[in-house]
Amino acid sequence: MTSSRRFHVLPGFGLSLGFTLAYLSLIVLIPLSAVFLKSATLTATQFIEVITAPRVVASFKLSFGASLAAAAINAVFGLMLAWCLVRYRFPGKRLIDALVDLPFALPTAVAGIALTALYAPNGWIGARLAEYGIKVAFTPTGILIALIFIGLPFIVRTVQPILDDLEPELEEAAASLGAHRWQTVRQVVLPLLAPALLTGFALAFARAVGEYGSVIFIAGNMPLVSEIAPLMIVTRLEQYDYAGATAIAAAMLVISFLLLLAINVLQGWSKKGKR
Amino acid sequence: MSAAAAGALHAPLRTRHDHQASPATREARWVRITLLTVSLGFFALFLLLPLVAVFAEALRKGWGVYFAALVEPDALSAIKLTLFAAAVSVPLNLLFGISAAWAIAKFQFPGKQFLITLIDLPFSVSPVVAGLVYVLVFGTQGWLGPWLQEHDLRIVFAVPGIVLATVFVTFPFVARELIPLMEAQGREEEEAAIVLGATGWQAFWRVTLPNVKWGLLYGVILCNARAMGEFGAVSVVSGHIRGMTNTLPLHVEILYNEYNFAAAFAVASLLALLALVTLALKTWVELKSGEHAS
Repeated sequence: MTSSRRFHVLPGFGLSLGFTLAYLSLIVLIPLSAVFLKSATLTATQFIEVITAPRVVASFKLSFGASLAAAAINAVFGLMLAWCLVRYRFPGKRLIDALVDLPFALPTAVAGIALTALYAPNGWIGARLAEYGIKVAFTPTGILIALIFIGLPFIVRTVQPILDDLEPELEEAAASLGAHRWQTVRQVVLPLLAPALLTGFALAFARAVGEYGSVIFIAGNMPLVSEIAPLMIVTRLEQYDYAGATAIAAAMLVISFLLLLAINVLQGWSKKGKR
Repeated sequence: MSAAAAGALHAPLRTRHDHQASPATREARWVRITLLTVSLGFFALFLLLPLVAVFAEALRKGWGVYFAALVEPDALSAIKLTLFAAAVSVPLNLLFGISAAWAIAKFQFPGKQFLITLIDLPFSVSPVVAGLVYVLVFGTQGWLGPWLQEHDLRIVFAVPGIVLATVFVTFPFVARELIPLMEAQGREEEEAAIVLGATGWQAFWRVTLPNVKWGLLYGVILCNARAMGEFGAVSVVSGHIRGMTNTLPLHVEILYNEYNFAAAFAVASLLALLALVTLALKTWVELKSGEHAS
């Protein structure tokens, strides 16, 4: 291998790494550091006051709760969809496989108004539900629907390749040892898929916590009821309360980081359990 | 964060193993039918129906209203600004992606993994925070605010802010496609070219680029879709000045909030078409690159 060599034949290391670091610092690192430097201008008491305001606490609970719920729902249905796409043959499969990525490609604002139109009390789905007294648009349930929409491809796309790589011999062995199909799936296949499923869950969750465009239209944005955390940042900014906005942003970054860390630990365990 | 999901050129869908061929690894017929019904029903309800709704709502008041909404001056200026933001941010991030991938994939240096994590950072930050950071730097109360005001320059609540926010949210797309691809290809081919007398640029243009062209195209397609569709980050830095700092997604929001639903969905349908074209191109690139791999 060439990795041990001191001298490289290839040129351009200084230029490419230099440009990469300069561009990364200018566009991402320096502006992002502004979040932490700006929130450092608040005293600890002021900071706590901002992030424990009832509206802010309610928005955190809603954002993190709805994101967890949406990621969990997507984990179940996304796994089923990935299973069907990999294991079964049915008409339109290739088209459906391509359309799974729609939430990545469709601008969030478009998704937001489309979902609102569907679930509003006079919409295609909303009108049916209204007959039973169920309200979706302009309630936390609406937020959940939007977060399910944007999270689904994360699960399907992380599970799909792993499921595709599973050797049939494994399941044949389980079957030949007398396992029922369901036992095989539960005790052989699902444990192998667990790490990918958790990764997909974490990605869907992280995306949902920060999501703005697809949620604000359907949320109704009622204080204490259906305001999400990113909206609280925007509201503070509109009042020119930059420090307040920044404090909420910093708190959000820290909470998401801790949750993702927890998921990574969990993932480490599930990988160990495999051995 | 792993580079999975949001992109990563994946092999086109093919069933590698047919589990349904043998009764030992096949589910009962009723299980298959239930699974298909539930998951395709979920797909139709959550993904397909919103897409259909965009076009249905857009055409609700007929083609006349539809086209009028698209050729109205504010819509045209929004289209122009959206194209401009993408035309600046995609080439910039393309250049960055190539440069980052060259440094990371072809050389060894300490802190490489950390650098890759930093490059992915814009994907794990809320779009709203992406907008906020530029307000903190360039806003009137920001670091450079007083200096900018003295020199009568505007960055946030003006076009440069929109472009910057777009660059931020689309930052990792090309890099994260190219890095794994170029790492997998190693550097023997380029080294051979250099030893045979090629200059560094010749090796890059004639060896590296042809090898990674599909991954590059894939990254550019995804980058462009996000650049044209970004809402949250751009919304924070735009100031919503009609005809001036409105991109297409922001124009959709304004029309919608004015209860001008037919026009809002007409403009939204343009963006939905863009999404469908993106998915079609993406699938085509996946098929093409699959052919080359095999």
